[in-house]
Amino acid sequence: MTEHLPALQVVIPLLAAPLCVLLRRPGAAWGVYAATALASLAISLLLFARTFDGGTLRYALGGWPAPFGIEYVVDAVNVLPLLLVSVLAVAVAIYAPRAVASEIERPRIYLYYACLCLYLAGLLGIGITGDAFNVFVFLEISSLSGYALIAMGRHRRALLAAFRYLVMGTVGGTFVLIGIGLLYALTGSLNMADLAERVPPLYDNRALHAALGFIAVGLAIKAAVFPLHAWQPDAYAESSSAASIILAGAGAKIALYAFMRYAYGIFGGELVAEVLPLGRVLLLLGVVGMVLGSAVACFQTDVRRLLAWSSIGQIGYIVVGIGLADPAGLRAAFLHLFNHGLIKGGLFAVVGIVLLRTGGTSLDHFAGLARRMPGTFATLLLGGLGLIGVPLTAGFVSKWALAQALIGAQQWWVLAAMLASSLLALVYVGRIIETAWFREPPGGKAAPAAPGMSATVWMLALLTLWIAVDSSAIAGVASHAAQTLLGGAP
Amino acid sequence: MSLLSHYNYWIAMALMMIGLYVVMSHANLVKKMIGLNVFQVAVFMLFISLGKVRGGTAPILDPQFTVYSHPLPHVLILTAIVVGVATTALGLALAVRVHEAYGTTDEDDALRRDAAETPQR
Repeated sequence: MTEHLPALQVVIPLLAAPLCVLLRRPGAAWGVYAATALASLAISLLLFARTFDGGTLRYALGGWPAPFGIEYVVDAVNVLPLLLVSVLAVAVAIYAPRAVASEIERPRIYLYYACLCLYLAGLLGIGITGDAFNVFVFLEISSLSGYALIAMGRHRRALLAAFRYLVMGTVGGTFVLIGIGLLYALTGSLNMADLAERVPPLYDNRALHAALGFIAVGLAIKAAVFPLHAWQPDAYAESSSAASIILAGAGAKIALYAFMRYAYGIFGGELVAEVLPLGRVLLLLGVVGMVLGSAVACFQTDVRRLLAWSSIGQIGYIVVGIGLADPAGLRAAFLHLFNHGLIKGGLFAVVGIVLLRTGGTSLDHFAGLARRMPGTFATLLLGGLGLIGVPLTAGFVSKWALAQALIGAQQWWVLAAMLASSLLALVYVGRIIETAWFREPPGGKAAPAAPGMSATVWMLALLTLWIAVDSSAIAGVASHAAQTLLGGAP
Repeated sequence: MSLLSHYNYWIAMALMMIGLYVVMSHANLVKKMIGLNVFQVAVFMLFISLGKVRGGTAPILDPQFTVYSHPLPHVLILTAIVVGVATTALGLALAVRVHEAYGTTDEDDALRRDAAETPQR
């Protein structure tokens, strides 16, 4: 049984989706989704236990051996993204019953859970597959279910946001497809490990450069890397609260993981950083993204939109780490990918609680709430400080790793931009804190408590706190991941 | 190898650009979907022409033939077509919902109606 874990990681959520549709009852559909999420987390943890010290698991789907059949690979590179997705999936499962009941019409609830299952299957599939074309298929599974999830937001604006995301996301996905096609035309292989061996002799080939370009642009759209982020603020701000946790926490991160896998696991660091100037381009885009994203976040009046722009800034940090193309930079990118996913998921969960309680997500709705619900807002404070990168938060762990990598690579300008972005984060987090703690709360009776939603918020907050106190396990995996990627074959 | 010997690439590129242009230049959601389809189909044709072998037949074993077209790109595109159909269906469904909610399928019109309803956002 245990040798089939890599396949089960994807197969269980994929089969759960039609089961949700067949059962139709909201409670039953939730049960299926919750069981799926727990199973995914259990499998991710088992896979983590086997690979965190640098080991590799290979699974040939259907028994077809590697270069011909589709292969699933679990190694230090993808255990962190898989774990992030599963943890957020469980968080959504605990959070969902109350949030969904208040935001989604009852006849549609089972479809909502079916979409969540599909989204989970897509994200986990991107994470686990060792086949270049398979990445495209799972990318589109996750994107299509993501569009549907966003369209189920409570305002009609959600429909337009979903449509815009659909257009940009499809262009991005098709770009990835072109890149894979060119790669296949050049090498005659789709297996990642096999490709990594066949690509280096072709480093002078123009078509190979074009393939890398197409894949980089396509995944940058999916990951909302500046300047291809136009779909992201609307999509995050209009989606329902339960879905926004996993959309904002894991959706873009898994595309960044896929980019690292393609760029360093297949094309190789030499092509990215030396033959082509992609590394420098990424540094530049990351710098502009982190300053601009944080700056725009300071001017938002809707908290979800504020957090979405903050994500564009935080993704800038990850992009800078990827662009450095050295072990320290990639290690920082992996750490921030994981930590920011947890922090941002937790913050969107807090906004969902405020939405349930006050009926809105604008800053005015936060006025004075910290005095009414001190526990929930303690986690908001923790997450906000994590976004800034204050010591003793998870955000500090990864930002410190990135700062060290930048000092090692002597990228002083990037370091300065990172500090500027952190100061801007202080401004936008400060605005939320000022409103929630120091403004007068509006009158009226307290809304009913939502224990499940609070439990989610606390679970994510305590996880980030744990990482802040003892990051050795996560940091160790990130180091192994960076070594694996820069050392050659996945 | 002249400039036109790989005319399939030129056709795919031209279709791709036409599709992207339609997506970007039109505010009508249905026209955007049409552009997106042209764009996707261009990429499908690029893949399919990659697998074509001159004088080759369909890859079915038969003692009469020795040269076959490469089946793998065609199979990959079969998957991509399914993805494309799903995307089109979802996009058109969204366009219908937008029409129900806003009374228009024009993106700019819809945005204007939202702006008129909620003056401060």
